[in-house]
Amino acid sequence: MKIGILAVQGDFEAHAAMLERLGAQTTEVRAPADLEGCDGLVLPGGESTTQLKFLQEEGLADKIVRFAERGGAIFGTCAGAILLANDVKHPQQDSLKLMDMTVVRNAYGRQIASDVVSGPTTLKTELLEMVFIRGPVIERTGPGVKVLAEYAGRPALVERDNIMAATFHPELTQDTTVHEHFLSLARSRQGQRANGAKPAK
Amino acid sequence: MDGKKPNGSGNGSKGSNEWRVKVGLAEMLKGGVIMDVTNAEQAKIAENAGACAVMALERVPSDIRKEGGVARMASIKVIREIMNTVTIPVMAKVRIGHFAEAEVLQALEVDFIDESEVLTPADEENHIWKRDYRVPFVCGARNLGEALRRIAEGAAMIRTKGEAGSGNVVEAVRHMRAIMSQMKKLATMREDELMHEAKELGAPLELVRQIAKTGKLPVPNFSAGGIATPADAALVRRLGAEAVFVGSGIFKSSDPEARAKAVVKATTHFEDPKAVLEAHEELGEAMRGLDVRQMEEKDLLATRGW
Repeated sequence: MKIGILAVQGDFEAHAAMLERLGAQTTEVRAPADLEGCDGLVLPGGESTTQLKFLQEEGLADKIVRFAERGGAIFGTCAGAILLANDVKHPQQDSLKLMDMTVVRNAYGRQIASDVVSGPTTLKTELLEMVFIRGPVIERTGPGVKVLAEYAGRPALVERDNIMAATFHPELTQDTTVHEHFLSLARSRQGQRANGAKPAK
Repeated sequence: MDGKKPNGSGNGSKGSNEWRVKVGLAEMLKGGVIMDVTNAEQAKIAENAGACAVMALERVPSDIRKEGGVARMASIKVIREIMNTVTIPVMAKVRIGHFAEAEVLQALEVDFIDESEVLTPADEENHIWKRDYRVPFVCGARNLGEALRRIAEGAAMIRTKGEAGSGNVVEAVRHMRAIMSQMKKLATMREDELMHEAKELGAPLELVRQIAKTGKLPVPNFSAGGIATPADAALVRRLGAEAVFVGSGIFKSSDPEARAKAVVKATTHFEDPKAVLEAHEELGEAMRGLDVRQMEEKDLLATRGW
């Protein structure tokens, strides 16, 4: 299982460390060709404006959308979730539009409001630890979007078909639950692609 | 907008969680470029060029050098305008040891505070006790001992000092190489040698032991001071810097917008000479540099900090 990690800017190394701990092979993605042979792709935390400009200018944005259309699994955390959202507010911003949801950037305020909290999840019985850093809020989710974890009554981890998005940073904790779930998603998609099944739209 | 903010209902002690989100923001800035700006218009240019954060200050280091006088925290009005203009994190500088300036910036809710040798020091012995703040701090260092003293005080990010405002990368290179080679040395030492080494470095033993084990700083390690071209950025990244600060290099050049973009590109693609070449194409003149060897001791900024 090979997982690409967008390494333009942000905490890509933290994702790599966690995925490697779980036995996945990782590769840094900076150019369109780096995505070849990847079963999954992580869009890490960082600054979404910085990352978006880079994706658009280097032709990676289209490549990632095609990767998703072919059924490749994608997981975005924080800035990555903002890149995946269909609609971005505060301020309005372009995106890859791969997840039917509306996110509000920096919705909790500035860095001083960043914190470590916990919330309920469908992935395990205990509460899930969540590190929020200048995090966004998911204000709306479209039909078919599954909420896997919540914080303060708002979705914090969501999934639809082959795409996952978190407003927090599971890669900055010791808890591997969320990344394990992503790897199983990537594995199941890999199986479907191998069997020639059409990816769900 | 959701008015509720995460309020520490999580696991673990509050102190350790605060530390985690402070270092966490530093992690988010890795691979990026943090640009010095003196007004909202420059901040917008920086953001549009792909900066991952901006540093608000009254005068860029090369002007501080030229004009002299006491350099202080920037005016609140300017910092606030910058905060209202861009969505990326906003950092601002305080004088070394000036904890009252730091308290003001925390009350203003800037995202990161730089306790910086570029400003005129307010205390010639003591740095700010940075653990007491919720806002993370970055501090400059010339060597590993200095870096570890700052981390022990609570800095969540280290940057090389370089020689700010010189347009000359030589000091940033010296500092990055010093930090990296001192860490390598620790990794080869026996445990019973670490106390003596801690004494030599002037650093707390616990941090020395930690680095001997992990081979790296417990916080992100960035580079600053004299970076003026895309190739300068690639150079310090190759030497181990995880991100780059550019001060006078951008807005003192003949082509700030193009240069800002080019430095961002080279910082991301630092291992790809073709991309760094592309970044250099069509660039105009870089800022005029200073030969650090010709400078007098009193004009050096890097020697400030203790």
